[in-house]
Amino acid sequence: MEKEEYKKLVKKISPAENKLKNIIVAFLMGGAVALIGEFIVCGLMTIFGLSRVDAGGWLVLIVIFVACLLTALNFFDNWVMRCKCGLIIPTTGFAHSVASSALDYRNDGLITGLGSNFFKLAGSVILYGVISAFILVIVRVIIGG
Amino acid sequence: MNYVYAFLFSGIVCALGQIILDNTKLTPGHITSLFTVAGALLSFLGCYDYFVAQCGAGATLLISNFGHMLYSAAYQGYLEEGILGIFSGMFTKSSLAITAVIIFSFIFAIIFKPKD
Repeated sequence: MEKEEYKKLVKKISPAENKLKNIIVAFLMGGAVALIGEFIVCGLMTIFGLSRVDAGGWLVLIVIFVACLLTALNFFDNWVMRCKCGLIIPTTGFAHSVASSALDYRNDGLITGLGSNFFKLAGSVILYGVISAFILVIVRVIIGG
Repeated sequence: MNYVYAFLFSGIVCALGQIILDNTKLTPGHITSLFTVAGALLSFLGCYDYFVAQCGAGATLLISNFGHMLYSAAYQGYLEEGILGIFSGMFTKSSLAITAVIIFSFIFAIIFKPKD
């Protein structure tokens, strides 16, 4: 299907979106993700006696694992559709974008499909993150010496 | 109190993203890039460490934390090794997230059948 056609179809099918409801859902979902994360961090700290930094590292690992698994099991796409930014802005969105492009392009072959499209969506995050961090460090160095 | 702050901070940032998404033509890809850059900028201004101390997982789970880790790792690299340290130190803190994403996504892409 062509891009324009697809856009028209999406516009026709999707109901008029309630912006306020979207914002509230995103707020609650984003908050819930953070709340669960905080529970896991505190749990790891008390059960295994980890430091806060180590527990944070394990938390990122767990969250990415769960997000990739749920994406592979096909649950995550629906949730992202519904919660939008509530799941896109936390690390789950980053994991979801990589996992879903990996799954989508796997049929095109391991090198030309999976390999070259792996960072298709997450690439911009890494690129602009590195560029902005680099520029800001240079600015900081020039200002602060 | 930590739980409340975590919930509120993460919720407010996500709501902010949703407002931008709904009222402009930007795609989710734009939003995540924007928030990563915003995280680096907040880190540059010295706010993000305060957010992490106050909100815990509320701040560390956001994509903005990626920008924060890139900036703080690069700056730490500069302090330790000079200009070379900016390049060698850029990914020291965020390599955990990137490596985890690569490993898990690859394994699941191999194991599971793609959709359709």
